[in-house]
This record gives sequence, C-alpha cells and structure tokens, in this order.
Amino acid sequence: MIKTRTFKGSTIVVAGLSTLALAVSAHAETLNIVSWGGAYTESQQKAYHAPWAAQNGDEIINIDRSGNALAGLRAQSQAGNVTWDLVDMLPADAMIACAEGLIEPLDHDALLAAAPDGTPPSEDFVDGALGECFVASIVYSNVVAFNTEMFPEDKQPSSIADVFDLENFPGKRTLLRKPINNLEWALVADGVAPEDVYDVLETEEGVERAFAKLDTIKDEVIWWEEGAQPPQLLADKEVAFGSAYNGRIFNAMVNENQPFEIIWDAQVFELDGWVVPTGKLDKVKDYLRFATDTQRLADQAQYISYGPARKSSSDLVSTHAETGIDMMPHMPTFPPNFATAIPKDDEFWADYGDELTQRFDAWLAQ
Amino acid sequence: MSESPTAPLTTADGVPLKTSLRRAVRRSKLKAFLLVSPLLLFLVIAFVMPIFDMLWRSVDNPEVSSTLPRTVSALEGWDRESLPGEPAFAALVEDLRDGQAARNLGLLSSRLNYEKSGMRSAISRTGRRARNLEPPYREALIELNETWGELDTWKLIQREASPYTLSYYLAAVDRQLTPDGEIVKVPEHLEIHATLFWRTFWMSGVITLMTLLLGYPIAFLLANLPLRYSNLLMILVLLPFWTSLLVRTTTWIAILQSQGVLNDMMVAIGVIADEARWQMIHNKLGTIIAMTHILLPFMILPLYSVMKTIPPSYMRAARSLGGRPFLSFRRVYFPLTIPGIAAGGILVFILSIGYYITPALVGGQSGRFITNYIAYHMQTSLNWGLAAAIASILLFVVIVFYMVFNRLIGVDKVKLG
Repeated sequence: MIKTRTFKGSTIVVAGLSTLALAVSAHAETLNIVSWGGAYTESQQKAYHAPWAAQNGDEIINIDRSGNALAGLRAQSQAGNVTWDLVDMLPADAMIACAEGLIEPLDHDALLAAAPDGTPPSEDFVDGALGECFVASIVYSNVVAFNTEMFPEDKQPSSIADVFDLENFPGKRTLLRKPINNLEWALVADGVAPEDVYDVLETEEGVERAFAKLDTIKDEVIWWEEGAQPPQLLADKEVAFGSAYNGRIFNAMVNENQPFEIIWDAQVFELDGWVVPTGKLDKVKDYLRFATDTQRLADQAQYISYGPARKSSSDLVSTHAETGIDMMPHMPTFPPNFATAIPKDDEFWADYGDELTQRFDAWLAQ
Repeated sequence: MSESPTAPLTTADGVPLKTSLRRAVRRSKLKAFLLVSPLLLFLVIAFVMPIFDMLWRSVDNPEVSSTLPRTVSALEGWDRESLPGEPAFAALVEDLRDGQAARNLGLLSSRLNYEKSGMRSAISRTGRRARNLEPPYREALIELNETWGELDTWKLIQREASPYTLSYYLAAVDRQLTPDGEIVKVPEHLEIHATLFWRTFWMSGVITLMTLLLGYPIAFLLANLPLRYSNLLMILVLLPFWTSLLVRTTTWIAILQSQGVLNDMMVAIGVIADEARWQMIHNKLGTIIAMTHILLPFMILPLYSVMKTIPPSYMRAARSLGGRPFLSFRRVYFPLTIPGIAAGGILVFILSIGYYITPALVGGQSGRFITNYIAYHMQTSLNWGLAAAIASILLFVVIVFYMVFNRLIGVDKVKLG
C-alpha cells in the first residue's frame, strides 16, 4: 500500500519535471526590451523581434523608455528589482551606466556572431561601436533639414552656414532644446573646421563664440524636445529649417512624400545600440547574438535610414522595404554625405554636458 | 439594593465599573486604531518616508568618503598651499584601482563633475589605466591627466570628503563654494534657479488672483440662485473638475495655438491679419490661462461653502439700514467671505507652485516653473541631490505659507463644498 503511494507520487514528480524540461527547451520566455519608440522600434520589431519570436516562441515586450533609460536603470537597481532585460541606449549613457556597474561588461568576440566570412566582431564593427558594456547596432545622424517649398527653386540652402543666415534664408528654425549639436553647428557656421570643433569648445572663448552665433538666430528659433516635432513643424510650414534625426526626415520624405531635403553638411553622427542590465546576461545573450548579426543589421536598414554598425552589413544594404527606393544615398555613412561629418565626442559631453546645459538653459531664459 | 452607597459601583460580574469602563474605552480605541492603521501605514510608506528620504538625499554626500577613503586620510594635515605629496597620489591610485575593480567610480565622477567640469573624464580615464601605473605616482598621474596637477582638484576632494554637503542647496539658489570654501554667486551665464523660483511664485500669485476674480461671482451665484439653477451651475463647475488634467491642458493648446480655434476665428472675422496671429501659448500667457482654468474649482468650492452659510437677511438688513448696494457688499458681505477667499487662495497657490504637467505642455520656454526643473534633474541630468534640494526648498515654502495661513485664518476653515 505504502509502496504504491510512493510510486504514484514519484510518477507525478517525474511527469512534472518533464513538463518543466519541455518548457525550458521551448524557451517560452518574455523579454522586456527598452527602446526609443516610433519608427525606430518598428524597424527593430520587423528586423529582429518578429523573426526571433517566430523562431523561438519568446514573447518580446517593447518599452519606449530609452529617452530616460539611465534614470530608469538607476532607479530599478536602487530598488533592487530590475525588470528590463535589454536596453537600447546611446554610448555616452552606456559609459556612465557601465562605470556605475548598472550594466554588464561584454566580451564581444565570445558573445557576438562573427561576420559571414569569419571576421571576428571586434574587427567587423565600425570604430567606437564596441564599448566596455556596449554593442552598437546603428549609426545615426543629427542633421538640419528644410522644406524645399519655403525657398525659391534657384536659391535653396545647402550648408550649415545657411541655417544661420537669416538674410538670405529667412523663416523660423526649430532646434533641439539642448546645447548638444547646436554649439557644434554654430561654430562650423562661424568658420571653424568640423574636425576642430571640440578643441574650440573646450575653451571659454570658444563657448562664447558659439553662443554669440546662436544669439544671431535666437529670436527665430522654436525649440523642440520630442523627435516627432521637427518633421511635423516642417510639414506644417511653421518652420523653414529643422534639426532632426535623419531617420525621421527620411520617413517623412519617403513614406509621407513631404518635400524635405537634408543638409548633410556638418552632420553630427553617433552610434546607438544595446546594453544588458546587470544580472540579465544569461537571459538575453542568445537574443543579443541574433539581433546583432550581419544579416539582422542589414535587414533593419530596409525599414529606416540608419547605417548598420557592422562593416559586413553595408554590402547587404539594399532597397527600402515598402517603396523599393535605393537606401544607400540616404545613409549617413554614404561618402558624399559623410565628407564634413562631425563624430559626436562623448567624452567631451560627459565632461562639459552638465555645465553647458545649465549655461544653455540660462541663455534661453534671458 | 442592599449595598451601601459608599461601596464602589461594580458591573454584574463584580468588576469595578471604573475598570470595566476603562477596559471598554481601551478596546474601542484599539479597534479605531486598527481600522485606521492601513491608512496610517500607507501614509507612512508612501508619503512620510519618501519625504524624509528626499530631505536626506539633499544633503547626503557619500561618494568621496566611500570611494576614496585612503586619499581622504592621506590629505589630512595637508597645507592646501602646494600640491600634496607622493603619499596622497599613491593613495588615489590605489583607491581608483579598487573603484575600477568594483565598478563604482561612476557616481564619484558624476558627483565631482557637478563641482568641476572635466572631473568625469579625469576619473574614468585614470581609473581605466590605474592598474598599469608605475611609481612615482605623482608624475605619472599628472602626465596622464593634467587635472591632477591642479591645486583646486585636491581642495575639492578634501572639501567633499565630508559625508554631508550643502552644495546642492547652494546650487539650488545659484550659489557655489569656491575651492577655499567661500560661498559666492555662480557666474551670470549659469544663473537659472533663482529666476525660476521667483517666476514660479509670482505667476502662481497671478493665477491665484485670476481664479479669485473669476471664481468669486460664480460662487456668489451658486450660493444665491434658486436651487434648480444653482444645481445646473454646480454641474458646470464640477464637470471640468472631473475631466482629466491632460485633456483640459491639450484642449487649451488646440484653442490657443497660432493655427488654433481662437486665432482662426479672429482672422475669419477680420480682427487680426493672417500673418499677425497672436502668440497665446508656449509662453507665460499660456501657462496662466490654462492653469487659471484648471485650478478654478479649487477657488470656487471653498468660496461657495463659506457664502452658503451667510444668511441673505444680513444683506437685506444692511440695505434697510440705508447702505447702498456696493457699500453693503463691501462692509457686510465681503468681510464675511474672507475665510473662503483665504482658504481658496492658499489652496490654489500651493497647488499651482507644485504644478508641473501644464507648464511643461503650454509654458514653452518662458512659462516654465521650477517644478519642470526638478523633473529635468530627476530624469535627464540625473542630479538627484539637486532635485531633492530644490524640492525641499519648495516644501519648506509651502510649510511656511501653511503656518501663516493657519495663524491668520485657521486651517479648519478650508472646506471643499
């Protein structure tokens, strides 16, 4: 009698364990992935999330919190309850999060997939794409765009200096309500060579020079804070020029047929990519390997005009998924667009960001 | 009744009545306490503790003393006239090595960068290379990053070694400490908080005044119209009150923006030209209009509750004693409504200095409040110490207003209908 019982009991345990084993092998997990929202999250959804879910049965939840990701990571870590599994953030924030121990250091060559020809990740990714705790997926760019209908056909703006030229190119401008990019552009428009911008900005005279240049257009500027605002303001013809992320302008030009054009002169480009919150590496490493492989990064470029961070992906970049236009001329890294590009100096902004932001706010409040 | 009248009264089971009564009272007190304890617990956890946490954060300064303990003790007895000697540099290298291994240099570098720009990269760069540095460390460090050769850097480390700091409060009122510990104003191009505090207070004052001017007649009608009209009017006051704050704010955007309803109407009837549309939003005016509307019920309801208690016969008596309408109003009715005005005023004023969504949405550049800056420091700059200091100053101001109000009027006069 007793024996039978034990036997029955153990069958149940065995049955339970085997169900559990099945569940584990099926990987039915939920991944909370934090990103920027809008067209960008959509491109990630199509290029990585959907294929991964189809392949593994994982459920992927998109959280649009990258704008405040560093604050979120800090708060979750202080509360001792990290719910995010993978976070899309900028390398400058990743540097800070890494120094605070909020995110995992990554061994890139062990974790990430090699290029199809066998090149290891450390050589396949572009310069600066692999940080101590960071792996870039895209190169994006901050540019100024204009509405072509706001200027006569024979007198269209073409350089960053034109943005600061109210006499020849009148009209409102909309710029990001932060010192970043604006100070760089002010100096270039004032005659500083793109490669010397940060050396000049490190001096007090350089900062004064940049603010003095911004003073000349201050009255004509509407300041934006959400990435969706500049395309909207340009479309409504509330402004003639607008600084924006190049992908948003591309989206408006191609998907909504807006008469916009990008001034690639003095574009400020930077990388964007993944970090793994501390303690989550085991859970997301398979996904991370998949989402950063050569094919996936090339796929993403079918949906949004951000350049892949892998050299091996560049050759695979083809046409836009919906309209079929050639994506290459819309990429920040396309050579004619790239001639006067400024690489955003993360270390400069890590050091001077606090002070310059306060100075910029005080300048705005004057 | 055989007991003598001097014997103590007892209950049926022989317990003295006094004891039994005390027991019953204690039991009902305990019951009452148990009933409120969930609320009490909730208040302590969700309200009292966060406030103390905030106050604590505004002076808490653990970064230097916990991350650079050896450097701090090596700097004891330093003359502050010339660069410290080799032991201090060696201690710094050792501290940075440990910090790099434990990955906790981030908070330290942010903390010092608030006080001196350039400290973030100095610390993170030196931290990354600390393992490979060779003595003499003094030369090695200065060669690696010239920040370590500056006297001010070392004075800063020594000053911030204290576990508490006032520098967040100083920054919140546009002051800073010099390397030698004197309090000075920040350079003019960095002044921002004092302006915002001042703007928050005067604009809240204007909003309070506007709600009073608009709300007083409405409250008067509510209190004096026949019931069927006043009920309808009450619903008109309460309906917006029940509507989401965001809906009301965004509605004002739709009405006031330059391509909005009001401007379109003005252009259509020819009051203004199409090129000269009024700028009524994304500035101070936008904040004042939207917040006056949103806070209006908080003025009307206390006024109404006071006016309702004033018998109409007072005004009739004043009139029959020969007072003209304005005089009777000013000498009889108005003084009786002062508790309502004060209650509504303090309520609207305190709510409005704490408002944050509405100014953020309709205030543009010039109509922002200090609260928007608290949010900025919480979410974007991540300077939580400064956010806590600004918030603590606001809390202090509210407490002062509350105490003044309580002294002059009495807080029991505040009623919401």
